[in-house]
Amino acid sequence: MKPPAFDYLRAETVGDVLEGLAQQGGDARVLAGGQSLMAMLNMRLAKPKLLIDIMRLKELRQIERKGDAVTIGAGVRQADLLAWPDLAAALPLVALALPWVGHMQTRSRGTICGSLAHADPSAEMPLTLVALGGEVVLRSAKRRRRVPAKDFFAGMMLTARADDELIEGISLPVVREGRFVFREVARRHGDFAIVACAAMKTPTGVRLAVGGVADVPTARDWPRLEGSALDDALNAFAYELGARDDVHATARYRRDLVRMIGRDLIGEVLQ
Amino acid sequence: MTRLKADQRHSVRFSLNGKSVEGEAEPRMLLSDFLRHQLGATGTHVGCEHGVCGACTIVVDGMLTRSCLTLAAQVDGCDLKTVEGLAPSADRLGVLQQAFRRNHALQCGFCTAGILMSLDHYLASNRAPTEAEIRDLLSGHICRCTGYTPIIQAALEAAAELASSKKETSDA
Repeated sequence: MKPPAFDYLRAETVGDVLEGLAQQGGDARVLAGGQSLMAMLNMRLAKPKLLIDIMRLKELRQIERKGDAVTIGAGVRQADLLAWPDLAAALPLVALALPWVGHMQTRSRGTICGSLAHADPSAEMPLTLVALGGEVVLRSAKRRRRVPAKDFFAGMMLTARADDELIEGISLPVVREGRFVFREVARRHGDFAIVACAAMKTPTGVRLAVGGVADVPTARDWPRLEGSALDDALNAFAYELGARDDVHATARYRRDLVRMIGRDLIGEVLQ
Repeated sequence: MTRLKADQRHSVRFSLNGKSVEGEAEPRMLLSDFLRHQLGATGTHVGCEHGVCGACTIVVDGMLTRSCLTLAAQVDGCDLKTVEGLAPSADRLGVLQQAFRRNHALQCGFCTAGILMSLDHYLASNRAPTEAEIRDLLSGHICRCTGYTPIIQAALEAAAELASSKKETSDA
């Protein structure tokens, strides 16, 4: 289908974006790579009165490492981050998860922050943000605030972003010594995940983050667990996520995947 | 800052396969429709219109782009390449196109334009792709009648031919 009618604003400064959002509020949407938003428009699942195109703003295109954190601006495309030479060293989990985001033909234009704004519960970037405990930087004409990943995702395709706020960027912690693993089950590589899991070692044990099951990507920390204690913990977690049946998979299959992939990944990081 | 009104047509200019083109579009007009209906460049096909099938894939400023997920207004001033730009002349096919013909890599041809654009772009910077890499690239396209086997074969043959040719080929 075709998108509904809207005004189109080509922003030349961040001020233009914030002003547009302040004036139009919930009737405005920020357009970055368009790989989620344009599909929503074409299907008429979104009907904004104003689109604010931010992709001509060079200041939002930065990837910067500052001490123990990497900041990624709102205009950084997924392909830009994949091509960043420090990615594997600074953000190994992102390096593992990013090739699973869409296809080469969509990563070339889609942005990291756009995927977070869309907040699909099956998407890889929200899962990665939650697994790493990153932060989202939100900016309006009046203020700037930093929201931890676990508070940012409020529900299926819902976030803590207020109508007048731009996702200016995100901050991801650099974990110096860690072992990270990522695994996903989807109908085809590049499709949205039926279940995606990331696991990492923590100072006290292990963390498992799961996407595609609950309404939001969810992380859980455990001390070192083995054998039946691990099985019990994973089983309880799988049920707590509240899986539902849909056209892609049954709730039971999703719980099975959480238990099986979870056990494999935790075994791998604790080796 | 430029604000284009929803109910008006606005001038859009860009470079299409090396030629400067111009037309008028409402802000909501998709680039795929602008190419086909305003410019008459019907080589770019429209399938699903939500970025999944890959038929409308073109290259914008060196980036593979779903033209159905792009507004005409977004590419004002950009450099576009579509399937019409692949053949070196009207009576000659490029290396990749010839490989498609030899291998029967197209049947109905609906998905072909997008697949050619992806492969042309990919082979320009990846001279020795593996079959797995070609398959990964093709995961961004849906073909429902030819089958992927001859498409992969054509891509690998074209890659080998491009790698062995001495001159820099711009007409892959």
